[in-house]
Amino acid sequence: MSAVDLPVQADAQGVAERIPGLWKPPIVMGVFTILVALLVLVSPRDGDSTFRWSREGDWFAIPDVSLPANLIVWVAVLLCLLCTAYAAWRSYSRLKTPLVVVAAFALFAVSGFLAWAVAGKTLPVVGLLAGALALAVPLVFGALGGVLGERAGVVNIAIDGQLLFGAFGAAITASLTGSPWAGLVAAMVAGMLVALLLGLFAITYWVEQVIVGVVLNVLVIGFTSFMFSQVLSENAGTLNNPPHFPRLEIPLLSGVPVLGPIFFRQTILVYVMYAAVFLVAWALYRSKWGLRVRAVGEHPKAADTVGIDVIATRYRTVLLAGAIVGIGGATYTLVSVPSFGREMTGGAGYIALAAVIFGKWDPIKATLAALLFGFASNVESVLSVIGSPVPSQFMLMLPYVVTIFAVAGLVGHSRAPAADGVPYRKG
Amino acid sequence: MSEKGPENEPVENEPVETSDDRIGEGLMDSSSDADRVPEASRWHLALREITTGNALVAVLSVLLAMFFGSLMILFTDEDVRYGLSYFFARPSDTFYYGWEAISGAYVSLWRGAVFNDLGGTFTQQIKPITETLKFAAPLTLAGLGIGLTFRAGLFNIGGRGQMLLGGAAAAFVAVKLDLPMIVHLPLAILAGALVAALWGGIAGILKALTGAHEVIVTIMLNYVGYYLVFYALTRESLLQAPGSANPKSAPMPESAILPDLLGPQFNLHAGFLLAVLATFLVWWILNRSSLGYRFRAVGENPAAARAAGINVGVAYVSAFMISGALVGLAGVNQVLGSVTDGATSGLDAAIGFDAITVALLGRSRPFGILAAGVLFGAFKSGGFFMQASEGIPVDIVLVVQSLIVLFLAAPPLVKAIFRLPTKEA
Repeated sequence: MSAVDLPVQADAQGVAERIPGLWKPPIVMGVFTILVALLVLVSPRDGDSTFRWSREGDWFAIPDVSLPANLIVWVAVLLCLLCTAYAAWRSYSRLKTPLVVVAAFALFAVSGFLAWAVAGKTLPVVGLLAGALALAVPLVFGALGGVLGERAGVVNIAIDGQLLFGAFGAAITASLTGSPWAGLVAAMVAGMLVALLLGLFAITYWVEQVIVGVVLNVLVIGFTSFMFSQVLSENAGTLNNPPHFPRLEIPLLSGVPVLGPIFFRQTILVYVMYAAVFLVAWALYRSKWGLRVRAVGEHPKAADTVGIDVIATRYRTVLLAGAIVGIGGATYTLVSVPSFGREMTGGAGYIALAAVIFGKWDPIKATLAALLFGFASNVESVLSVIGSPVPSQFMLMLPYVVTIFAVAGLVGHSRAPAADGVPYRKG
Repeated sequence: MSEKGPENEPVENEPVETSDDRIGEGLMDSSSDADRVPEASRWHLALREITTGNALVAVLSVLLAMFFGSLMILFTDEDVRYGLSYFFARPSDTFYYGWEAISGAYVSLWRGAVFNDLGGTFTQQIKPITETLKFAAPLTLAGLGIGLTFRAGLFNIGGRGQMLLGGAAAAFVAVKLDLPMIVHLPLAILAGALVAALWGGIAGILKALTGAHEVIVTIMLNYVGYYLVFYALTRESLLQAPGSANPKSAPMPESAILPDLLGPQFNLHAGFLLAVLATFLVWWILNRSSLGYRFRAVGENPAAARAAGINVGVAYVSAFMISGALVGLAGVNQVLGSVTDGATSGLDAAIGFDAITVALLGRSRPFGILAAGVLFGAFKSGGFFMQASEGIPVDIVLVVQSLIVLFLAAPPLVKAIFRLPTKEA
């Protein structure tokens, strides 16, 4: 949590120095509060909004909550106002707004919006969140890989290519061997192959890393689309018919109401994701290896001076990141979709990249950002099923608009690792 | 490739500085002169100049990329795989089929892109080169826009959204107004450029005011723009063709269509003219105007530019607006020129992303981008022809294009592959 209180900065005259972006959180929060209030003012909704919390298989059923939609929205607006006022007071006192206030604000605003949107109908909260988690899996793996690479000083725009190639490798290998596990390994290898190319050009040949990434994405799209038309579509039965990972319920935990169905009735890849997030966060901040990776990304020359092999560390980290992103790619063809298709990631790698920057190059925050994207896209699909008063295009647009607001208002000047994107030349 | 013989101008001891490239190549530092022997033979120096120069690397990069493309064709060709199944009984068959597959591919690429010797009439024979120029126009326009942001040290991945918004705005003016051509066409073009400029400007404004990373903002604006245009295409009051259920606008009226350049038997339209004009304009902006000077200063070092009194924020915003206008013109070119039967949400045809590689291949230099646009236009035109005549998916063009850019960006790799001497040697 970034609830670090900045002490009042004062110069010699005793006039507090201007801290850039101090007033941005209350301003953005105020704008969103007005927007939510406008919802009920412009188009008040009749009927009750019902939130369903339970699913079959829970130990005990939490009863559905059903309240008048307008009431919920007004309560949400009130709570949002409180958060905004607190943020404004913090800014007035020249203090930063704690992240938890922002999170609470987001929760209230989203609840208000959902209550307004589902008035007269029932919103399956658990289904919404479980689906959001499933949708976020490739994004989380992509973001983790991106964080690792950039922490070592290698900008990875090729996340999308790694996801796509992972999905491709997983589909073919799993189809040929009949084992999703072999597909998973192949996806990791595929992700590492793209990472190897990234490393070759970015680390060894000092090519501008953003360029390598963009071009690698095009390369992978071209290659996989070519192979799809030329080889896969003719032999779809043998080459593009991968077996899938089954849903795996964790005994005991899956019975916990609300939490069980969301977190513990998923496929094995989701559990791998929990482990990966934990491991990456722990290793990056608590292990000798992580210290080296960060040193190489922040100040490679200093790292070299104390005997860390910058080039080798960067290669190893980028390859590891590629393997992680590859697992995310496997999610497409081994869990979500029956078979590989052209450009099937639909630019998810770019969303993962946004999550990396949104999450300020921190594995946990980037994961949260990726979950947010998953949530936003699932809100749209759930609402389009139960019927929403907003045109579907605007619902689909929402996560991206919110991201722009968030990046402009709440994140602002995000600081990348100091040597991010800078090739290291010894000597 | 220019062959330099001993009768050419004597080569100076000082290596000719051919690489002033900023993006994509950072290592062509000229080495110290100390290791140069003063009285080395001229022939040797000339040879050294050719083998270490950029032109050779460019040619070799294209060759390498095409070699990898050939491998892909070779290993996926059905006849070749059939020949491989009895390779040890009759290896000559495999080589024969392989030769057939690859030569067929490149011959049809040539026939689709430059000159079709099978065409019955002269018009049919030269039609491919006009198709190439037609495909080159939007690639060049969008490439110029993205190249311009590269020069200002910015990265515009928002080509897709800017093209969509520009194309949709042009379509709106074209469909909704009824004016004589002399007013209608310029108005539609201007509307497209203006809306795309404003759309692109959002990223610049947010970067200048809040420091929001332009890469994220432009990526997000791609999606927002796509859904906005999609929404407009489902509302008859905005863009949808009256009485239609499809998300598509009515066909463009005659008075708003870019005129044909070479008569009705060719598809080449005035969009290419627009691209050439834009190339000169961008060259002038970058190299002759104070605005371009500020762009380049900010691109080289924003802190130094700020210290020198340049308003960095204004430079960001104006760079993004000009870039958006240029990319928007690519969308206008599609709607009013290439596909005039109505705007759709797919009008960008992935050109916004292809244009990034065009800008990179052109090294962010206006005329380089024009040349790269024509080359990629040729690949596109030839690729479609190849797909139709040889059954090789057009996607291979993407592979070859991206490999060319990669190899061009890493001259030492190309030199290592061909065992050429490097400058340091």
